[in-house]
Amino acid sequence: MTVLANSSLGKGKRMSFDIKTAGPAIALILLCIIGFLLNPAFLSEGNLTNLLTRSAFIGIIAVGATFVITAGGIDLSVGSMAAAIAGVMIIIMNSAVETLGPGLATVLLGCGCSIVLGIGAGWINGMLTTKGKIEAFIVTLGTMGIYRSLVTYFADGGTLSLDFAIRGTYRPVYYGSFLGLPIPVWVFIVVAVLGWFLLNRTAFGRYCTAIGSNEAVAKYSAIKVDRVKTMTYVIQGLCVSLATIIYVPRLGSASSSTGVLWELEAIAAVIIGGTVLKGGYGRIGGTILGALILTTIGNILNFTDLISNYLNGTMQGLIIIIAVWLQRGDWGKAKAKTN
Amino acid sequence: MKRLNAIGAMALTGALAITASLASAENIKIGVSYPTPTHAWAAGMNWHAEQAEKRLEALYPDVDLILVNSPDPSAQASALEDLVSVHKIDALVVLPFESEPLTDPVLNVKNSGARITVVDRGLSQPGIEDIYVAGNNPEMGRVSAVYMKTRLKSGDNIVVLRGIPTLIDNERFDAFMDEMEGSGVNVLDHKHANWNRDDGFEVMQDFLSRFPDIDAVWAQDDDIAIGVVAALKQAGRDGDGMFVVGGAGMKETIKSIMDGETLVPVDVLYPPSMIATAMDVTVASFKSNGPVAGRYILGATLITPENAASFYFPDSPF
Repeated sequence: MTVLANSSLGKGKRMSFDIKTAGPAIALILLCIIGFLLNPAFLSEGNLTNLLTRSAFIGIIAVGATFVITAGGIDLSVGSMAAAIAGVMIIIMNSAVETLGPGLATVLLGCGCSIVLGIGAGWINGMLTTKGKIEAFIVTLGTMGIYRSLVTYFADGGTLSLDFAIRGTYRPVYYGSFLGLPIPVWVFIVVAVLGWFLLNRTAFGRYCTAIGSNEAVAKYSAIKVDRVKTMTYVIQGLCVSLATIIYVPRLGSASSSTGVLWELEAIAAVIIGGTVLKGGYGRIGGTILGALILTTIGNILNFTDLISNYLNGTMQGLIIIIAVWLQRGDWGKAKAKTN
Repeated sequence: MKRLNAIGAMALTGALAITASLASAENIKIGVSYPTPTHAWAAGMNWHAEQAEKRLEALYPDVDLILVNSPDPSAQASALEDLVSVHKIDALVVLPFESEPLTDPVLNVKNSGARITVVDRGLSQPGIEDIYVAGNNPEMGRVSAVYMKTRLKSGDNIVVLRGIPTLIDNERFDAFMDEMEGSGVNVLDHKHANWNRDDGFEVMQDFLSRFPDIDAVWAQDDDIAIGVVAALKQAGRDGDGMFVVGGAGMKETIKSIMDGETLVPVDVLYPPSMIATAMDVTVASFKSNGPVAGRYILGATLITPENAASFYFPDSPF
């Protein structure tokens, strides 16, 4: 039965292949053409590098969000989590300078703490949703508020700043490059490839999809639903901690305004990319295009003074809706039917 | 006393005759209400309020200052009610969360007989407050522009990073543009960076890709300026006499001005310590033998290496 259903689903997907997968790509290409027409400097090497580097934060977080959403969950806490982790990292590294010095050891300690915190925070979200049987929306809405107020508390309402001695050591993680590409872009690529492999080529990825389409059926099929769902939140937490590790050296600071609305940007990137918000179908490649689209919109708006600054949100909203409509619109379905 | 540049007219608002004789043996209770700090500037304000409380209570044993911060407008309205019913305050110093929803609650406090000092954000109905203490947003823009003009010549190019789209931002920006007019300096473009370091960094990166020739940046705010400086350094365009003017008076910025930093050579004051000024003036309304009621508009002082030390509070979070 399942095999049959799967194969027919695969067939349907191939029929409407053009639209379903190409939607986000078409939107991104259109945006790039518009950007170039507005100002040829848009396609300059410097700007493209900036764009890719900037996309890395949201992109990496969105890869994690793809797993959570595919398995039928949602995580609203990622932006606050990033801010709280960044804050704790800075505090730990600042206090380690005296004992470990401003060298690599301190930076590694900070990064290690970031990963532990990310995994831990994700695990808490996961356990509360699965074992605690609370809706993911409520759990992560709660942790969102908790993490945000924690960073405000750590910073005494102000801004936490990284010790200047460590900045020299840590700086290349954001500003350095390898083979012409900035380090954050490499991290983004590695996370994307691993994410794609995990979602599309492993049993775990198939479990996520199965749970997202029908949790009860997945449970009867002997899938350890709670464990898999918790794992998706852990992956999300890990992605947040990686994004934070490359975020902190950029400005060396964290405050209550760090990572505000990142959760919505990450979710938007996932949905623009073709993943279904109610779960059961996920696409890592699309998510990456989605993250690039979001960053490109902001970038283009900064490249022109044709549109009033006050309407930036309108333009972003319109483009997000159009990008999703490109792949979900009726015209896609009609084509599938005639086939 | 804090530096009080009473630029605005000290207009006497009412027939409030204030004399020292009011200060009898019984305690003078003054409530101080402001939003819970959620960003650095407000955290600085909180710190200055606490400092002023300690200082004034040590100076006047009969004065009791009660500090309350509230997370939202309705909580602030309740806090004001409590100050009247529980503490029976003689005066209120209030930085309203929002003008509209707090106007009536403040009016109720006034009707209980307390004197009202409003800080920074005015109420939506005139004549309620006895004392008004605020920074000067248009002056902040104007002072920044005056400094820009001393450093730039006709034909030079600048870019402007603005705050969150609000009245405050418009006042600063419009005054800046008015002052720049006729100077021959080109304002290439202006974008909102939301008083935020990350947005400052990204907007400046895009300005740098878009405009090959920029001579100076007006960032309006110290947080934005930090992002701008990071973007300039990344692009290697922080030399050649480039400079950035921020604003507010963040301690890190003031420290670097004291140390002679050339990329951010000056700062324009919009001090979180204005709450302390308001508390001083309110206490003075009970203690001074001179008239105190009126409007105190603080100066948007240009902070330079010469005067920076008097604006530097290393223990404040801002």
